[in-house]
Order: sequence, then structure tokens, then C-alpha cells
Amino acid sequence: MKITEYLKDHILYLDGGMGTLLQAAGLAPGEFPERWNLSHADTIVEIQKAYFDAGSNVVAANTFGANRLKFQPEELEAVVSAAVENARKALRLSSGEQPKWVALDLGPTGRLLKPYGDFDFEDAVSVFADTVKLGVRCGVDLILIETMNDSYETKAALLAAKENSDLPVFVSNAYGADGKLMTGASPAAMVAMLEGMGADAIGVNCSLGPKALAGVVGEYLKYASVPVLLKPNAGLPAVVDGRTVYDVDAESFSWDVAGMIAGGVRIAGGCCGTTPEYIRLLVERSASLTPAPVVPKDVTMASSYTHAVVFGEGPVLIGERINPTGKKRLKQALRDRDMDYILSEGLAQQEKGAHILDVNAGLPEIDEAAMLSDMVCALQVIIDLPLQIDTTDPAAMERALRRYNGKAMVNSVNGKAESMRTIFPLVKKYGGLVVALTLDEDGIPETAEGRVAIAERILDTAAEYGISKKDIVFDTLAMTVSAASQAAEITLAALREIRERLGCHTSLGVSNVSFGLPGRDVINGVFFAMALQNGLSAAIMNPHSVEMMKTFHAFRALRGMDENFTGYLAFCEGLPQQEDASATPAAGKPAGAIPTGASGLQDAIIHGLKDRAGEITGELLATRDPLDIVREDVIPALDVVGKGFEEKTVYLPQLLMSAEAAKSAFERVKAHLSAGSGGAAAKGCFVIATVQGDIHDIGKNIVKLLLENYGFSVVDLGKDVAPEAVVDAVVRRKAPVAGLSALMTTTVPAMERTIRLLREKAPWCRVVVGGAVLTQDYADRIGADRYARDAMDTVRYAEEIMGGGE
Amino acid sequence: MANAVLVRTYAEPPVSMDEILRYSGAGRSADARMAQLAGACFDLARESLTYRVCWREFPVLRRGDTLDLGFAEVSSAALRRNLQGCDAVVLFAATVGIGIDRLIARYETSSPARALMLQAVGAERIEALCDAFCADIASEAAASGRAARPRFSPGYGDLPIELQRDVFRVLECPKWIGLTLNDSLMMSPTKSVTAIVGLGCDAARGPAGCAACANSDCDYRKER
Repeated sequence: MKITEYLKDHILYLDGGMGTLLQAAGLAPGEFPERWNLSHADTIVEIQKAYFDAGSNVVAANTFGANRLKFQPEELEAVVSAAVENARKALRLSSGEQPKWVALDLGPTGRLLKPYGDFDFEDAVSVFADTVKLGVRCGVDLILIETMNDSYETKAALLAAKENSDLPVFVSNAYGADGKLMTGASPAAMVAMLEGMGADAIGVNCSLGPKALAGVVGEYLKYASVPVLLKPNAGLPAVVDGRTVYDVDAESFSWDVAGMIAGGVRIAGGCCGTTPEYIRLLVERSASLTPAPVVPKDVTMASSYTHAVVFGEGPVLIGERINPTGKKRLKQALRDRDMDYILSEGLAQQEKGAHILDVNAGLPEIDEAAMLSDMVCALQVIIDLPLQIDTTDPAAMERALRRYNGKAMVNSVNGKAESMRTIFPLVKKYGGLVVALTLDEDGIPETAEGRVAIAERILDTAAEYGISKKDIVFDTLAMTVSAASQAAEITLAALREIRERLGCHTSLGVSNVSFGLPGRDVINGVFFAMALQNGLSAAIMNPHSVEMMKTFHAFRALRGMDENFTGYLAFCEGLPQQEDASATPAAGKPAGAIPTGASGLQDAIIHGLKDRAGEITGELLATRDPLDIVREDVIPALDVVGKGFEEKTVYLPQLLMSAEAAKSAFERVKAHLSAGSGGAAAKGCFVIATVQGDIHDIGKNIVKLLLENYGFSVVDLGKDVAPEAVVDAVVRRKAPVAGLSALMTTTVPAMERTIRLLREKAPWCRVVVGGAVLTQDYADRIGADRYARDAMDTVRYAEEIMGGGE
Repeated sequence: MANAVLVRTYAEPPVSMDEILRYSGAGRSADARMAQLAGACFDLARESLTYRVCWREFPVLRRGDTLDLGFAEVSSAALRRNLQGCDAVVLFAATVGIGIDRLIARYETSSPARALMLQAVGAERIEALCDAFCADIASEAAASGRAARPRFSPGYGDLPIELQRDVFRVLECPKWIGLTLNDSLMMSPTKSVTAIVGLGCDAARGPAGCAACANSDCDYRKER
């Protein structure tokens, strides 16, 4: 019998702890337990047989840490093959009469994935894939991915399992006492991602005892449409009289877990500290329970690496600002790969209250697939909102979805056969909440009925791919009302029908409706309200639009979605400021008592007053030449602070605050210049990077900021940068100087390698080095041209090479 | 049987704004603006901090110049001095979690001054966590008549940083506290510490902290 068949009508029992028992049998601290498959096969078989005898249906082969990061290929093969053989032997020898299976066990690699670690996502997929292939070849019955405490690594493992086998895959995560994974994901976020990718069962193991995991298990049961798994520890370990003991005994463990089986858990076992006795008692206490039916949950979710956004709990705001259509500055940023600008657009939308961000890189002259995927990764470094990946290029869609950490929104599919044929397989493989446009080969129907009919066809086709209706959000297409006076009515009628009769969630690009009319915000805000009343679940909108935000908050308040009016009150409190923020940045408003004029700007920079520096610059730009402002005010002010720093009267945080103020002045100047004709001529190109293997970059970022302040064009390659990448950038830009940073002695060799390669491939380039571990002596030894003791020192060196003050 | 890895989660250890300012490089001359920035950054970070420690106790054996720490053999003179009179060590790893790294990254583009101050908050928080844990270890040791030495980390003096590999092998840090080590021996999350605390009935109760440090003209040396 197939395990998934059996699971339909039975509670499935897993095994219990292995590590604890191996330690008791003499496994030394730090010794790899997987080697015991070969050296102590009898011990392994004996333990696993005891689990089968105790009533376990599934025993995991002893392959938890069997991967190519820990073992050479030949040994890995031997270890996995022996592990599966041992488990099979235990199965054969066991007297247990229950159906029995053997699982391939996949635990974490112990490495943190990029961006916060240095391990690439695809490398992680490939490491898991190797073990999966071996497991499949050895004939395991299923794959158990467990104890994962990072959502991204969990995705890598599940993807590897799915791409390299047809076996059932169970996925279990380890949660902390705060109810989150170590890297921050909530249970709902994990359910959204793992179910979307097609895990056959999902759940929770390790970390804590059963009672402490009850809250997390409750969340799984609330959101999951697949069976929920639970494998707790025997509580927490403590040392009593020199012996390690766990604080939940077999008796209370079995009662606690049996209680959770009664509450809906369908797959149960134990983790650290549990023994065959725990499992025997658990089976005894719960075997008579009727398995709770696994009910599909009609919950529509998108998720990030921290949380899920649930549709239907209130209007969902999807920020539309990261889309180059009609946005000159963003187009420029995409061409220049100016990630900082793109990130600042994302952050600003988050601060204004967006729940999800749309991300679009559709510009004909750039490599959209590469750019879109890079943008998704960059946004996910600092923004924890779910993203909506927006592209018409299926290859770009796949690349971005694959890299995305969570369950993304997919924008979009439509009723055309070709569109469904290309998009649905991607949604099926990577998971996703897909926006479906109600148009097809014949265009956009002019009637509501026509649009609903397309929606029904899309639902039917999705079902053929195994995509349920909860994972589709319909966009009934807001058309320009000035072109057809009934346009809004038709859109709303279709919306209502889809929400009420088809029971699906909906989304609209609201602002299209007002195209060609004056005062567009007014129309948009009212149309948004009408759409919400007709069943709109989400809007793709500009979070900076005050009218839209007014509607959002008022609607929530009026519909009883805003307890104690907390959201509404907070919104109203910030309202005057909100009005200001929506004004165009270049407008610069009078600043009351704040000193204005040139000396005011110098003052603001010297005192690190960021907003004031920007405001005054805005005013000055009305009357003075932008480059004069930079030359006569910004640079002299920076010099005052810079000299102060060198003389130790100004400290690093003050220096940075002044640098930020100067930057805000530069931003105004830059916006002014790009609105006009010319651009400021930068002094020269400075390539900067934290060397390979090094993941600390605050120092490098400080240097970058100051260099930019002083007018250098900085190419920032980020952290953990390979020597080849540094050389590439230097050669491409013919950069006269490169700056390299390293924190620890262990990464200085990478710095040396980079310098050597630069000497060979870019002999013109001077190299300045810095970082905690560097000294003059070190710099000399690795062949650098210059050691910079701090950021100002680097600026002075750049001025030496490329010319200083104008 | 060797002791298992033990795990403890702490509530927020006491905060020192002076230490945060010191780590930021603001020096002792920090003005009200700096203090305000430090306070704002601490508030920003507070929610995202977790305080986790895992540890394991090992007996210490001496063979000539070599110390057998139960999980690795080292020949560091500095550690030997630190462990005088000790018959056991507590090997621990502590982290305040990835949340602070995310916050720092978030502000690196929009406000480097904040990013710097958040770094300082992280540095102060992880040290405060280590202090809290070491105080617990010292008082638990005192109950059995033993004294605890000041903590000593791989990379201090002549104790090789490469010892980190052994530390991670025996403590299983990724599993217990979500702490990982990369090929360059750097830890992620970055605000993390691994260290050895010597225990023994004859453990020297000598100078600790600044008093034990040879650098006598350090700007930050605390007067006694």
C-alpha cells in the first residue's frame, strides 16, 4: 500500500529520537552519527527495529546530516546506502504488524543561505539533490525533510526532493518558543509556501516539548489543507547529577501528543530525547482515536520569509511603484542597476502601509529575467513584505519565482490558452497566488457576463493543473471611464459576481479608471471604495495616494475591521504629514523658523539634519545653479566635518549623520538635474567590495557613502565578492581605483588573491584596503597600494589619484 | 556518556546606553543627539532581538603544553593561563538572532548613521547576553564550590580562530540556536559569540575585564 493512501484513513506513526540513543551507545561529541551506519550497523538496526516494534509506521534512515558538505562523494554514497539497508533490515526483522515504510531523512546543512549567510540557494538545492538521488536509488518509500529552521533552506530541500523524485515528501520545521522559525517565519507563512510547492504533509518537530508546540500546531491545523505532522522533543534537556535528562517523561509525552492527535494532527512521532518507549505509549494511547478528516482550507495567502498576508481579512494594498511604466526616474535606475533607488521605493511604500509590493522590470533595453530576479533578491534582503512578481516573460517569471523566499503573487495569467499553458505549470511547481485577468484571445469582453465566463474557464483549466481556486485572484480589469461611461459599472458587476457566486478573491489596478481625467486621485479614491463594497479583496495602487489611503482606512473603520479604530486614528494623526508626502519631492515647502539660504545648508549638513538639508537645497535650487550649491555649500560643509573627524573632534556617528544630510542635498540636486537636461559629471569611478567569504559590510558602506558625498561615482559590488567579479567591474569601467574590505584574518587571503588578479588583468588600477584586521604591515604584505585607516583616509586617497576639490 | 547540549532562552538582559555609544564610536564625548539616536535605534531593534545560548560542559586535561578540552586539543599559552586551576570548561555559543542583521541591512542604504548605531546596539546586546549567561554559570558553579573564569573566545590571543569548526561540531549551533559558520569562519547571524568559560575549585579568582588586559593606555579602560 502506498503511504499516501494509508494516510487517508489512518494515523501515521513516525519514529522517535536517534541522536540521544546513539550518544548513550557511545557516539562521541561531534562525531557524525551517519558514519555509524557503516561502523555500528547492528546498533542502528537494533534501535530502528525497536521503533518498528513499538508501532512506528515510518522509520527515518540515519541520513539526517548525510550530504556532500560533510562527506566526500564515495563516502556519501556508502553512508546513504548503508543507512537505507539498515532501516530495511530493521523493518524486516520487526515483529510489528502495522504497515511499515522507510524514509530518507534530510536535515539542515548547517549553513545559512545568502543574503545573510554565504551559501547560495542553488548550491543548497544541489546539495540536497545529491542526497535525494542516492535515496531514490536505494529505494526509500518517502522523503522526510525535518528540523529545518530557515524557510529558504526548507524551500531548497523541498525543491530538490520534487525535482529528483516522485516520492511523497513530508516537511517539518523547528520552531522556537516565540512560535517562529529561527529566521523569523510564522507557521502560516510556512504553510503557504510548502503547500504551494506540493508537500504531501507538513508540520513541526524538535526544539520543544509537545505542550510548548501546541500554539504552532494550532496554526498549522488552521491553515493547512494537507495532513499535519508533529514530532516534539521530550521537552528540554537538563543536567541532573551529571546525567542528561529531558523534562517530559514518556507518560506525559504520550498523553500530550495523543491529545493533539485528537485535535487534528495526523502524523506523530518524537524527536530529541524520545525513545521507543515514548512511541509505544503514544501508539497505545491514540490508536483508538478516529483520524480527524483533512479538510481543504479555503484560505487565500501570499507569504514572505516572515509572515503571510491573508486575503479577506481586510483590503490588501499592493504597492505599484516598482514598475517602470511612465516612471522616468525608475527607468533610469533600471538601466543603471541602481538597486538603492529601487529599494528606497520599496521601503517608502512599506512605510506608507502597503501589504504586498508589485515588482516589474519590463524595460526593452535590459535583460529582464536577470534584473527581475536580482530585484526580488535585493528587495527580500531588507523588506519582509510578500512580493507580486510582474512580468509577461515566462522565463523571467520562473527565474524570479524560483529564487523567491515564500509564496509570491504571480502577475499574471489570463484566459488565453497559451498564457495558462505557460503560467500554471510554474504556479504548480513553485507555488504562488496567481492574478488572473478576465481577458482572452478575443480581448476584453464588454460585458460583465463575458468576463465572468472567462473566469470560470480559467478556474476549470487551473483545476486540471491541480491549482485550487483559493490560489487564484481575479482581476476584472478597471477600464478608463472617460472612454466608456459604463466601464466602471461593468468592472464592478463582474467583480461582485466572481466574489459572490464563484467565491474567489479579486484584485484591481484601480487607477486605470481615471485615465485622462483631471483630479485623478479623487476618482480613484471613490472607485476604490465602490469596488471594496462590491467585493474587491486587493488593489494594485500607489500607497502615496492620500485619497486611496483615506478610503482604505475609512472602509476598514466602517466595516468593523479596525478594532477601536486604532488604524484609522493613527492614520488621521499623520494626515497633514501624509498630505505633504504626496506632494512632488522637488516642490520644497517653506520651512517656517528654520534658517534658510546658503549658510543654513552648511549648518544643516554640519549638524547632520537630513530633512532640513534637503528642504533648504530645494529652495536654493529655485535661484541658484545646482553645481554651485554643491561646490560652495555642500562640499565646504563636508570638509568641516571631515577635518573634525580627522582631528578627532567629530566621531563616526556624527560624521555619518552629516554625510546623510549631504546625501539628501545631493538627491535634490540629482532630481533637479535629471528633470532638466544635463547630469553632474562625476569625478571618477571607484570600485568597492567586501572580499570573498566576508559577510560584514558596514565599513565598506560607510566608505561608499563618503566617496559619493565627495562626488566620486562608486560601483558597489556588495559583500562576499569573488576576485573575478572585482576584476570584471574594474576592467569594464576602466576604474582607476578599487577599494577592498576584510574583517578577519581568514578573509585576508581572498583579498590578496583579488589584488594579484587585479595586477594581472588591470595593471592600471590602484588598490586601497581597509577593515578591522588590516594594518599597514598587512597591506604591504599582500601588495596593496595603500592602507586606509578609516573612511576619510580612503576619500583622501581617491582625491590623490583622481583629483580632489574642484 | 558526554553531557548533551543544553539550551537556554533569556529575557532581555540589562541595557547600557553608554556601552552602545561606546561601540558606535561616539566616544565619551557623545552629545544629546547621539544619545537620542542610540535610544531610537535600541527601540527599533528591541522587538527583533532574541537571546539564545547553547552550551556543553567538558573536562579539561593537560598534557605538557597541550590542553585537551574534551572536544579539541589546543596548545594556546593564553588559554592555558586563563584556565589555570580549572578542571572543566563550559563551551557556549550565544546569539541575539538574525533580526538585528536584517534591520542593519535595511538602514544601510537609507540611513548609514542608524545602521552604524544598530551595529552598536547588536554588539552591546550580545555582550550583555554573554554577561548574563556567564553570571549564571558562575553562580551555578559557586553552588558546587567552583569558581568561573572570564570567558575566552577562539581568536583571542594565540587561540586559533579555526577552533570554531570544532565548537560548531560539538554544539550543533545551527540546530539549537540558529547560528551558522561559513567557510571563512564567520558566524551568521553576525551578533553572536562563542567562548570557553573555565571552571574549577582552584580557578584563579584573579583580575578580570579591563584589569586583566595588558593594554593600559586604552581609551576605554575602566578605572578601578
